[in-house]
Amino acid sequence: MSRTRMMLEGNEAVASVAFRLSEVIAIYPITPSSGMGELSDQWAGERRTNIWGQTPTVIEMQSEGGAAGAVHGSLQAGALTTTFTASQGLLLMIPNMYKIAGELTPLVIHVASRALAAQGLSIFGDHSDVMACRATGFAMLSSGSVQEAADLAAIAHASTLESRIPFLHFFDGFRTSHEINQVDVPTDTQLTTLIDEQKIADFRSRALSPDHPCIRGTAQNPDVYFQARETVNPWYIACPEIVQSVMDRFAEMTGRAYHLIDYFGAADAERVIVIMGSGGEAILETVEHLNRNGARVGVIRVRLYRPFPAEQFVAALPLTVKTLAVLDRCKEPGSLAEPLALDVIAALQEYSSGIQPKILRGRYGLASKEFTPAMIHGIYQEMANSRPRRQFTVGIIDDVTHQSIAYDPEFSTESSDVVRCVFFGLGADGTVSANKNSIKIIGDKTDNYAQGYFVYDSKKSGSMTVSHLRFGPRPIRSTYLIRRATFVACHHFPFLDRIDVLQYAEQGATFLLNAPFGPHEVWSRLPRSVQQLIIDRQLKFYVINAVAAAAKAGLGGRISTIMQTCFFRLTNVMPFESAVAEIKKAIEKTFGKRGAVIVEKNFAAVDAAIENLHPVPVPATASAIRDRLAPVPAEAPEFVQRVTAQIVAGCGDSLPVSALPVDGTWPSGTTQWERRSIAHEIPVWDESICIQCGKCVLVCPHAVIRAKLCEPELLTTAPSGFRSSEARWPDRKSERFTLQVAPDDCTGCGVCVDICPVRNKTEVRLKAVNMRPIEPLIDDARKHWEFFETLPDVPRESLRHNTVKDVQLLDPLFEFSGACAGCGETPYLKLLTQLFGDRLMIANATGCSSIYGGNLPTTPWSFNSDGRGPAWSNSLFEDNAEFGLGMRLALDEQHSGALLELERLRELLGSELVDEIRTADQSTEAGINAQRRRVDILKEKLRQDQSVVSKRLRSLADALVRKSVWIIGGDGWAYDIGFGGLDHVLASGRNVKVLVLDTEVYSNTGGQASKATPLGAVAKFASEGNTRPKKDLALMAMTYGNVYVARVALGANDAQTLKAFEEAEQYQGPAIIIAYSHCIAHGYDLLHGNSQQKAAVQAGYWPLLRFDPRRKLAGESAMQLDSKAPSLPLEKYAYNETRFTLLKQSHPREAEELLHRAEHDIRERWRLYERLAGLDSGTQEKSHP
Amino acid sequence: MSNLSTRYMGLNLKNPLVCSSSPLCDDLDALRRMEDSGAAAVVLRSLFEEQLELESMGLDYRLSSGSHTGAEAPSYFPDMPTYNLGPDAYLDHIRRAKETLEIPVIASLNGVSPGGWIQYSKLIEQAGADGLELNLYDIPTDPRISSGELEDGYVALVRQLNSIVSFPLAVKLSPFFTSPAAFGVRLSEAGADALVLFNRFYQPDLDLETLDVVPRLHLSQSNELPLRLHWTAILFDHVKADIGITGGVHSPLDVLKCMMVGARVAMLTSALLTHGIEHLTSLLTGVHRWLDEHEYPAIQPVQGCMSLSSIPDPRAYERGNYMKVLQSWILRHDSGSPVEQS
Repeated sequence: MSRTRMMLEGNEAVASVAFRLSEVIAIYPITPSSGMGELSDQWAGERRTNIWGQTPTVIEMQSEGGAAGAVHGSLQAGALTTTFTASQGLLLMIPNMYKIAGELTPLVIHVASRALAAQGLSIFGDHSDVMACRATGFAMLSSGSVQEAADLAAIAHASTLESRIPFLHFFDGFRTSHEINQVDVPTDTQLTTLIDEQKIADFRSRALSPDHPCIRGTAQNPDVYFQARETVNPWYIACPEIVQSVMDRFAEMTGRAYHLIDYFGAADAERVIVIMGSGGEAILETVEHLNRNGARVGVIRVRLYRPFPAEQFVAALPLTVKTLAVLDRCKEPGSLAEPLALDVIAALQEYSSGIQPKILRGRYGLASKEFTPAMIHGIYQEMANSRPRRQFTVGIIDDVTHQSIAYDPEFSTESSDVVRCVFFGLGADGTVSANKNSIKIIGDKTDNYAQGYFVYDSKKSGSMTVSHLRFGPRPIRSTYLIRRATFVACHHFPFLDRIDVLQYAEQGATFLLNAPFGPHEVWSRLPRSVQQLIIDRQLKFYVINAVAAAAKAGLGGRISTIMQTCFFRLTNVMPFESAVAEIKKAIEKTFGKRGAVIVEKNFAAVDAAIENLHPVPVPATASAIRDRLAPVPAEAPEFVQRVTAQIVAGCGDSLPVSALPVDGTWPSGTTQWERRSIAHEIPVWDESICIQCGKCVLVCPHAVIRAKLCEPELLTTAPSGFRSSEARWPDRKSERFTLQVAPDDCTGCGVCVDICPVRNKTEVRLKAVNMRPIEPLIDDARKHWEFFETLPDVPRESLRHNTVKDVQLLDPLFEFSGACAGCGETPYLKLLTQLFGDRLMIANATGCSSIYGGNLPTTPWSFNSDGRGPAWSNSLFEDNAEFGLGMRLALDEQHSGALLELERLRELLGSELVDEIRTADQSTEAGINAQRRRVDILKEKLRQDQSVVSKRLRSLADALVRKSVWIIGGDGWAYDIGFGGLDHVLASGRNVKVLVLDTEVYSNTGGQASKATPLGAVAKFASEGNTRPKKDLALMAMTYGNVYVARVALGANDAQTLKAFEEAEQYQGPAIIIAYSHCIAHGYDLLHGNSQQKAAVQAGYWPLLRFDPRRKLAGESAMQLDSKAPSLPLEKYAYNETRFTLLKQSHPREAEELLHRAEHDIRERWRLYERLAGLDSGTQEKSHP
Repeated sequence: MSNLSTRYMGLNLKNPLVCSSSPLCDDLDALRRMEDSGAAAVVLRSLFEEQLELESMGLDYRLSSGSHTGAEAPSYFPDMPTYNLGPDAYLDHIRRAKETLEIPVIASLNGVSPGGWIQYSKLIEQAGADGLELNLYDIPTDPRISSGELEDGYVALVRQLNSIVSFPLAVKLSPFFTSPAAFGVRLSEAGADALVLFNRFYQPDLDLETLDVVPRLHLSQSNELPLRLHWTAILFDHVKADIGITGGVHSPLDVLKCMMVGARVAMLTSALLTHGIEHLTSLLTGVHRWLDEHEYPAIQPVQGCMSLSSIPDPRAYERGNYMKVLQSWILRHDSGSPVEQS
């Protein structure tokens, strides 16, 4: 028997099998399954083959619905096909799943199972998605570990061919899909042996072919549909036996035995838990522990869930069982029980002649909620009660319906011979990569079994990663986070002020800290509670200034290999020399392709690590006066103090049910309380040379740099050092201008400096804003910001909303988001709120903008001093245009209803008010404000009348004030998954505005190609360079003729952007703005994002345009080109970005060819645009605002 | 027709026209046209060690930025099978140039570290280059480094490389050494087979509107040639190494001047960029014609006939020449602008 034990993530283990057993793979990226598709694409690119020696075709589709359709077609034409998905993606496949199953077609869909969006979206793991598919006719096979996922993937592929039933093979999202563990991957030989070639031939013979024509997919009438539906029964009856036979053959080959239902525990157990998925691993561990200590408990792991093997289930139960607890990792509100519990109840009812245990139904682990031995112990204790809860939850505190069971959080099954290590890293600092390498080294090069699991927060800038590594002498089944670590490393010193890092350290653990202080100074720099915990738990404390060591080695701030070396030294998991050799091998493997110099610098860092590692003498008492910072300031609102603060502090798990909103409604404007303090440098204003142009305020992605005008006397109480200068407004010369920075919210991206057009005349490297280290500035900067906030805003009506200079003074209602430092999307959103924020309704497609806009704990969408601000919601990824249209329809209908009721109440309200309201001109902000005042009067009058009509009008009155509906999303939504809906909504003629934040790639899920991806760019699923031109969405929208269309790039022409936003808002019909959004997925320092935007326009890559149907009425060309003819060679733009240079480096000839094609396309498109711009008037029209 | 064959850095060349290092040499078709038009050798564009390092560092930075910052996006780019970093593409170009051309192919290298110079020189030799031009293009902006330290470093480098590689080495110099003659002699003694006078620097210019420093590339003019002629004339009698002149060679007469002061080859880039590669043919024709008209049977007797020691009045190349030139200028009283006295 050949063995290929290796350390793999679950996704890779499954994809390895699926790839080798497939001919066509049609996918669409969705977390947490994306990795499987990406690996398949990568392997296809490397020309790896399936077991028949052929490289499978891997195709990315426009949605999961599209992927399912392609899968269905491929199967019908006779190719062995697979796909990977999760969550909402799986839901989109359901219609095809019914068809595929109804046609008895062999297929395996591999699902990294994930929660479904309900009161909120979650990317994390549970069984909600797969449980929604249990009626489709798919067989459902559940894996609980990385090894099982690899094995059952193979078993599923073999079983589907033999049974003709399509299979849904699922394993827990993140916990299994992203865990690294030892796996014996089935070999090609084993797979070849397992797959029955005759069954493949049978499958192909049933495929559609003009050589033996038939039809499939008929429409059936009442006379036969029912009977035809029953024809499949024999296959479902036979299926479980087939699966077991495949499992048995697999066991013969590999020694790894599986059963449809597996029982583990005491033969005479009285208490048995029933479960599917990774939770079964933690239960196994707990059962072993409890039974070793005299208990008689057991666990049933259901592997084949559909067709449910009821007889096998009953047969697997110990005859002694008295109580069963059936655990479901999903919630079905209103049901008597969750699905697995119902199946168990039915199975016992149908097939058990003797055993009729008490059945408890429990929910656990929704959205990757921890499921620990302590909770499992609590369940067994509950089962032992004389009157246990029949229905319960575990892992949360339900203080509303009191369904949660209590457990002892101190209960642990962690063994003392298992080394448990927790690492806190800063996103992108290399900690996660290094730890993945470490655990692979330990798993591959020592006798240890090993496990790695990685947790991230939801911020895209300044994020925190937590790595959990275990290794020991036995297979690691601990499918839960480490709570008692023997080794804790903090790679980023400021975390100590914000997070209780050492809560994970057990007594006598080792604590490794990267700090900018030496062994004799670091103690005095620690918060008091950290000092106390080090003393109390007698931690072995080591410090290293890894940043300095990395800088010396030429690695900048990349400390990961240094910290990795220290980890091996301090844990002694293997001889240090061997560890260093293995680390260097890993460095070669990880960085070798990036050039010898990278490898050499990392080697130098490894070699220098230990000399910089120092033990820290621990005093007997804590001496620090200061302690960790409060998660939110004391002046934050009550809800923020009570709920948000807990989540910010990493204690969200302890919030009870009663603390949370019942319907997913959360307060706006909460990022202002989070104050993450992640910048190392902040901009400092030089008022003496600033021309007050407002560009820095305009492009700031995080709304942290802001301007105000005020009367000089208001500054008399300003804190010392507060800067201001004479206002450079002709009509405001008596006022003072000030520009201030929110120091705790700045990310230090430097975009403001890049855009600043002013140079210091005596030292030209300086501008009117310059980045400076934050540490000496922070105290004063905080005081300045606080004072700045007390200054009044300039009245909006006194400002010109069509000039950047004035717009900088408008209050942003989108602030301090967790977007990437330098994000190219957020300035557009901020601008939108500055212009129309008090009347905005926003439908936001899932993607980056829904994450930095709506991922807990805080939201950047805020409100003004009147309490008005954007009302924001995210429905789904695919339906956003329709979602926004629905908002418009509702508002319009309410408006009509209000007008109707107004007429009915004319006498009561008075004709003057009614007519004023009905005929109000709301085309300007002044008009809208006047209408608001009228509506206030109206409401006051209505309060005095208790008639039904008055009450109805009162509830509709706000609809009389103009509302603006904006539909926002990225290119993945607009160009791909939501395009059909977008097209329909634009065609509807309704008054909705669409803002496409075009990053030209799926940014949120990690850089997959979309139809916005340009020719020649490298992206996932376009690793050899995108060979198709970018879809011209603007041109397509223009073809309707009645849609306002603009293509803008803020960094290239801010005035044109502003004009487009104003015109779109004013246009009484559908409008779409396609906004160039530089992105971290383009691969360059986003400090230069706006310069790149300028280059994109100059190169003709991103021509600026506006298409305004109203101009046609005036006899003008609707289309206006707002940029000049291409004047910059495309490569001068493109080759500043990794997405283009990667191809030049990896496929130079193809890159050259695609560059030429792209240049040709640019010229052709420009000619077309020129013609269009002169189409109506017969003359060339150009305008350059 | 006179015999134009010459010998340069140990290589027998059919004539003294060498295409110097330029972007033109990146293209195999252009190289072929150079050969067809009469070039006796080509020098490929320089391999810059610093650039290779910067590319690697840049790629690493960009691929690492943003990776593992969130649960949904562990990375933003596919894992490419190769990035073609390092010298592989350059070495491949040498191989292909050798396969394409009959004439010698001279590579060019600009290193930054001793290890880099050595490593890349070996690789270039293994790739089949006929010789290597060491491009000492460096801007010593650190005021703490003395001229002596700089020169010692370069001499040691040449000595070390000479002991490691067996193919001929040329050293391309800048005109800004304190004592070019002495330095040239030291390089020659250290094993340089040729000296190339002089490197042309991309000189930064200023944009007064944007207050930016902007790189400018001006093609060479014939008026840059005298500086080269001057120092070649001085060095010719003192160094064993062959001398090549690059910068300002545009016409047949320019080529002949190079030969007369002692150069073995005249190198061209700007002339080819201005007039096209086929300009080589007319240059050769012109040189032939002049030699024939002046009854020189071959180019070799011409080489060095006007070096410092070969002319009747050596002061022409010394301070006296400066005074003479100075005296040839007067201030025109009516405009105040300098004009050459006619």
